[in-house]
Amino acid sequence: MTDVLELAAVHRVFPADPPVTALAGVDLRVRRGDYLAIVGPSGSGKSTLLNVLGLLDVPSTGSYRFEGAETTTMSDRRRTGLRGSRIGFVFQSFHLLMYRSVLENVMLGGLYTGVPLAERRTRAVAALDRVGLGHRHRFLPSRLSGGERQRVAIARALVGDPALLLCDEPTGNLDSANTASVLDLFDDLRAGGATLLVITHDATVAARADRQVRITDGRISITPAAARADGRIS
Amino acid sequence: MKARDLITEAVSGVGARPARTVLTIAGVVVGIGTLVTTLGVSATAGNQIAGRFDAVTATEITVRVPVPTGRNAPPAVSWSAPDNVARLNGVTAVAAWSRTPEGRDLPVRANAVRDPTRIVDRLLPVLGSTDTVPAATRSTLAAGRFFDAGHVCRRDRVAVLGPLAAEQLGLTRIDNQPAVFVDGKAYTVIGILGPPGRPDQPVPATAVILPWTAADDGLGLGPISTVAITTDLGGAQLIARQAPVALAPNDPSGLEVEAPPDPATLRNGVAGDVSGLLLILGLVSLIVAALGIANVTLVTVMERTAEIGLRRAMGARRHHIAVQFLLESTVIGLLGGIVGASAGILAVVAISVAQQWTPVVDGTLAATSPLVGALVGLVAGLYPAMRAARMQPVDALRGPA
Ligand SMILES: Nc1ncnc2c1ncn2[C@@H]1O[C@H](COP(=O)(O)OP(=O)(O)OP(=O)(O)O)[C@@H](O)[C@H]1O
Ligand SMILES: [Mg+2]
Repeated sequence: MTDVLELAAVHRVFPADPPVTALAGVDLRVRRGDYLAIVGPSGSGKSTLLNVLGLLDVPSTGSYRFEGAETTTMSDRRRTGLRGSRIGFVFQSFHLLMYRSVLENVMLGGLYTGVPLAERRTRAVAALDRVGLGHRHRFLPSRLSGGERQRVAIARALVGDPALLLCDEPTGNLDSANTASVLDLFDDLRAGGATLLVITHDATVAARADRQVRITDGRISITPAAARADGRIS
Repeated sequence: MKARDLITEAVSGVGARPARTVLTIAGVVVGIGTLVTTLGVSATAGNQIAGRFDAVTATEITVRVPVPTGRNAPPAVSWSAPDNVARLNGVTAVAAWSRTPEGRDLPVRANAVRDPTRIVDRLLPVLGSTDTVPAATRSTLAAGRFFDAGHVCRRDRVAVLGPLAAEQLGLTRIDNQPAVFVDGKAYTVIGILGPPGRPDQPVPATAVILPWTAADDGLGLGPISTVAITTDLGGAQLIARQAPVALAPNDPSGLEVEAPPDPATLRNGVAGDVSGLLLILGLVSLIVAALGIANVTLVTVMERTAEIGLRRAMGARRHHIAVQFLLESTVIGLLGGIVGASAGILAVVAISVAQQWTPVVDGTLAATSPLVGALVGLVAGLYPAMRAARMQPVDALRGPA
C-alpha cells in the first residue's frame, strides 16, 4: 500500500523564553487505509503533531512528505490547496457555525476547493446520510446533542473526500453514549477504506484503532499492545 | 471558488447577528438619509426660490464708469454713448448721469419755504443726467414733469427733485414755480419724482437732478459716472455683455457691469447656501457610520476567530477570508445606503408636501446613494478584513468560537 504521509526527524520548536520543543524528532509513517491512534499525556505535543500533519503548521526542521510530495518547502498557497482538498479535520470543539443550518455547515466542505454548489449539496446530503443525520438538514447546530454535532463535523470533513481524516480529541467533549456512536462511525469509515488518525488520551478510544502510537515529551514510542499487533512503526 | 459562493457566505455572515446588523446599518441610514434629504430639499427649495425669482429684477443693469485718472484724461464714456446702448436690441431704456463725488454733496436750499427755521442749506447729491431717468429707473413723477431733450440741448437751468430730496427741502408742489439754489446757483424746479422703482438705484430719489449740460456749465459735474439700463425679459445677460462695448469701444473692460445673476446660477447658489451646513452634517454622520461599521466588523472578526481558523483548515486562502469580511461590511453599507436613500426621498416628498412645493429628486442622487453606502462599508471593512486575513490558522482555531 502507498504511504499517505511520512514524517522524518520532525522538530517543532516554539519561540518562547526558554524555547519550547513541542516535537523533538518525530518519525511517523501512515499508509492508506490506516486507523491510527495517537495517545500521550497532556502537553506531550499531540495537538502540535496534528497541526503539522494537517499542514496548519510547518515543522521547524525535518521532512514531511504528504502523498509523496515534500510539504515543508511548499508555498503557503499550495499547502493551503492541499489542506483543503486532501485533508479533513474533526476538532474536539466541533467548530460548527452556529448561525448556519446543519446542511449549510456540511456544505462548507469543498467550498474553497472549487467543488460546484450543486455537487457540494449532493455530497453533503450523502455525508449526512452516512453519519445518520439525514433527518436534521434544517436544524441549527445549537439544537443538536454533542454526539450529533460531532457527527455533523465528521460529515463536513467527508464532503471534500479527503485522503486523510485528522481528529483531535473527537470525543473529548462527549459522554460515553455519544462517544460510542462516534467510534462506531469511525469503524464504518475504516471499513469503507478511509485513512484515519485520531488523537486521544482516552484508552477506550485508542483501543478501537488498528495501532497506537504513544507520544511523550515530543517523542514517539510504540505502545506495547501496538507493537505486538504489528511492527510497522517506523 | 465562485463569486456567488463568496457572496452567499458574506450575506449569511451579515444575517448571523440581526440586531447588531440592524444597529450598524442604522448609522449608514442616518448618514445617507441626511445627505439625500439635504440635497433633495435644497434642490426643491432652490427650484422654488428661482421660480419665484422676480422676473423684473432680471432686466436691470447698472454700468459704473471709473473716475478719469488724470484731470485732462478723456472721459471713458462720452455723453453720446448711451444712445449707442439704446439702439441695442432688447434695451428698453437707458439713462446716464454724472454725480457729485461721494461725500462731497453740494449745499442746496429752496426759495419757496414758508417756515423760516427750515431755510438752511441741505447737503444733497446732485446729478447731471440725460432726459431718460424716469424710464431707466422705473420711476414715475409725483408732480410736474421731467426735463426733455430740448432742456438738455438748450442747457436750461431746470431741476427735478428726487422724492427724498424734495421732502428735505420742504417742497411738495411745483405750481408756484419754486427754485432751488445749488451751490448758490438757481434752478427752476419743474418736477418731483415718485418713489424709486429700482431698488438697485437709490441715488436719484435722494438727489437734485439737472440736465447734464446745465450741471456741467454751472457745477462742473463732468463726465458720466453711471449708466442705468433696463432690458426686455431675458435680455439682461446679453445686454450686460454688449453694453460695455457700446459705451466704451476703446476700453470696455474698464467698466464695471452689475447684471442680475443668471437664473440657473441663482438656483444653484441658493441650493448651495441652504445645503452647505447640512451636507457637512450628513458627511460627518457618514464618517461616524463608517467608524461604526469598522468597529463592529472588527468585533465580528475577533468573535469569529475560530470560524476563520476553520475556514483556513477547510482550504480557504487569505484572500478568501479578506474578501468575505470586506463583502460583509460592504453589504451592510449597501443595505444602509438603500434604506437611507429611500428614507431621504420620503423625507423630501414629505417636506415638499408640507410646504406645497414640487419635490425635486435627482435620479442620479437616488441611484448613487446605495453605492456611496457600499463604498463606505467597503472602506470601513478594509482594516478588519486585513486583520482577519493575517491570522495564522493554528492560532485562529484556538480562538473563540
Ligand atoms: N504557540 C505555542 N507557543 C509556545 N508553546 C506552545 C505553543 N503551542 C504549544 N506549545 C507548547 O507545546 C507543548 C505541546 O503542546 P500541545 O498542544 O501539542 O500538547 P497536547 O499533547 O495537545 O496536550 P493536550 O492533551 O493538553 O491537548 C506544550 O508544552 C505547550 O505549552
Ligand atoms: Mg491538544
